[in-house]
Amino acid sequence: MKRTIPLLITGVVGTVLVVAYFIPHPPFDSLREDFSIFFDIIASVAFILGGGNLIRMHGSRISRKESNWPYSVVTVLGFLLTLFVGLTKLGNPNGFLGSSVTTSGSYFYAAYEYIFRPAAATMFALLAFYVASASFRAFRAKNAEATILLLVAFIVLIGRTFVGELLTSWLPDSLHFLTIPYLVEKIMVVLNFAGNRAIMIGIALGIVSTSLKVIIGIDRSYLGSG
Amino acid sequence: MKRIMWLGILAIILLVLALRTAQGHMLNPFDSFHGFGTWFAALLTLAIMSFLYNDNPVYRFAEHLFVGVSAAYWMVMGFWSTLVPNLFGKLWPSLTAKLFIPGIADQPRDPLWFLYFIPLVFGILLLLRLAPKGGYLSRWALALILGTTAGLRLIAFLTADFMGQIRATLNSVAGYVHPSLPGGTGVFSFEQMFWDVVSVIAIMAALSYFYFSKEHKGNFGRFSRVGIWVLMITFGAGFGYTVMGRIALLVGRVEFLLVDWLHVL
Amino acid sequence: MSRFMTIVEKLDTLDKRWVFLVVGLAVVVSTIFRLTFPERPTPMVCAIYEKIESLPEGSRVLLPFDYDPGSEPELQPMADAFVRHCCEKGLVMYFIALWPLGQNMVDGVIRRVLTVEYPDLEYGVDYVDMGYKAGNEGVIAVILTDLKKLYTTDAHGSSIQRIPMMEGISNIRSFDLILNISAGYPGLKEWIQYAGTPGNIPVAGGCTAVQAPLLYPYHPEQLLGLMGGIKAAAEYEALLLQGYPKFRNDKNRFQTALTRMGPQTIAHLSIVFFIILGNITFQILRRRRAQERQSQQRQE
Repeated sequence: MKRTIPLLITGVVGTVLVVAYFIPHPPFDSLREDFSIFFDIIASVAFILGGGNLIRMHGSRISRKESNWPYSVVTVLGFLLTLFVGLTKLGNPNGFLGSSVTTSGSYFYAAYEYIFRPAAATMFALLAFYVASASFRAFRAKNAEATILLLVAFIVLIGRTFVGELLTSWLPDSLHFLTIPYLVEKIMVVLNFAGNRAIMIGIALGIVSTSLKVIIGIDRSYLGSG
Repeated sequence: MKRIMWLGILAIILLVLALRTAQGHMLNPFDSFHGFGTWFAALLTLAIMSFLYNDNPVYRFAEHLFVGVSAAYWMVMGFWSTLVPNLFGKLWPSLTAKLFIPGIADQPRDPLWFLYFIPLVFGILLLLRLAPKGGYLSRWALALILGTTAGLRLIAFLTADFMGQIRATLNSVAGYVHPSLPGGTGVFSFEQMFWDVVSVIAIMAALSYFYFSKEHKGNFGRFSRVGIWVLMITFGAGFGYTVMGRIALLVGRVEFLLVDWLHVL
Repeated sequence: MSRFMTIVEKLDTLDKRWVFLVVGLAVVVSTIFRLTFPERPTPMVCAIYEKIESLPEGSRVLLPFDYDPGSEPELQPMADAFVRHCCEKGLVMYFIALWPLGQNMVDGVIRRVLTVEYPDLEYGVDYVDMGYKAGNEGVIAVILTDLKKLYTTDAHGSSIQRIPMMEGISNIRSFDLILNISAGYPGLKEWIQYAGTPGNIPVAGGCTAVQAPLLYPYHPEQLLGLMGGIKAAAEYEALLLQGYPKFRNDKNRFQTALTRMGPQTIAHLSIVFFIILGNITFQILRRRRAQERQSQQRQE
């Protein structure tokens, strides 16, 4: 019961979706749509699960007064306040039934504009510094492969700016193939393209075989050990 | 001594900010909600950036606030955009129209509306993961998610990524693409043909590196070594682009601080 | 030990915070000076521009905004430029989002571009915001065959039946072009896999620079054109400036990406400097260690 039913659900749903591609007629096409919509709905429930998990985790930290528990209070408060203003559409200029929850002027919008947006953008912006640091400390020409990697990164970095154009603009037309913009273009459209296409074909094969294993029940890792 | 120096720098910065605000060069945080919000956003930005110096309580505060707000944000968006119109709206349209979205009332009722009890039940089962008992029932919902993902992905990756890419590779060596096809110029070019052939050889070389059923020795070994170089070029290009992307994000934040907050530009 | 070698060793163990400081200063200073450089559009960017130019007035364009504030500085100039171009060409725009925060990005472009620069355009007639839906590729899979089964209301809760421009839209094949802006999963790749390829619908779009190299293999068969990162956005702005001279008026509004390419260039140069410096240090120390090893072996 604990394992058979989930295996059955996965098998039936997966098979229907695959069959619907080859037989796009009733009942498979409508079943395909229905299963996809059910998936969308359950995916949105997963957000509630995520929120619930967060509260459970930080709630237990607070109740046990674990180290750094005051930060968990910040998380829980931030979560509850945003949830409250979002579900009630508090401060929405057009009222509760009037318009979208993200309408400018509501408190939910304020949570986005003044907390989420700067925090998310800055978190990602920090990576610029770490990439720079990695370039200095780890990006070294230790062997032939590393040297190729480094040279290409170097050309792309320079070539994707105006400086790249400027540096080799003095070259005559007959040596056009040596200009940095031309090199970047060929690196991206020929060699990067080729490498990524090979990787893509490999990944596609991997995903197809993994999906097949999940659908026919060979891969059961998602069921856990219990 | 170090602490005094830092406090001194902080005091000078605060003084400058206070003077600029008093002179009306910057938004006053106590004048309007927007002013307060902009200051809060700017301080949050600086708090997160302080991590570059060291891990510190101000950064941790910002980080934890971000986690809490973002989790609730996604939850609210999921509720209003999908659960209400696509689940409650299908099952109980008039009630949903009255309580949440009046626009639902104009929709004709789906003849198979009762099918929507399936995602409702599965959604509840998924939430049982949070309950102390019966957590195993959430696997039913997980099974539906996995079955759908596997079914959709199997076909998508097979057609678009596997067959699509092989077809595109085979089509590309002619040095000519008919103008009716995407990217087609209708002009034959030896240069284009040369690069197409190079690209196909590079693809084969990179693929040969991933082929482990034959030992990488002799001619095959040399060919797969070319494949490694192709992959290195790919990773190098990827790195260059990654740097570009990350810097763009930093420029965006700096613009926010200089333009929206400090009003110096 | 010579003074030169001391400096080299110090550089080798340089605190990363010095690197942070240099990069930070490079960006801040070049942002203050508002440096801009000319841009020469690349073929992939031109392909998108030409596709939009070739669409007859009233053509339907689906604009999925699949990004969030984490990549906004890179993608927002692109989104603004696409929307401006669609407006100039009189195309009908349908906004949707597969990312929860994508909804805010749509709101932003409507507030920033449509209501301010094109106040004559009417909501529901010239553009519509269909909002966010959870489900990632599951959403695309549904709307590939039946859009109204999933999208019963727009983002503001109005019935889809009452929106004039939704008439005649049955599924994703009803659109003339999918113009996606993507920051990851789900995004451009999923639109190609689940809509473009099976539905034979033209797909084009912009993405973050990180994502761009991975999407090159889809061009040109499955992807009309690709814009990777802020550089491509700047190229698109340059194309718009050429095609529509009125955009030359307000640099702050119409040339966001072009303006950001200034600090971008300086930051790239600073990183290139660090790569060179790091490698010189590494080679000197490697040579010295090899010499030390040799002398040790000789002594033994």
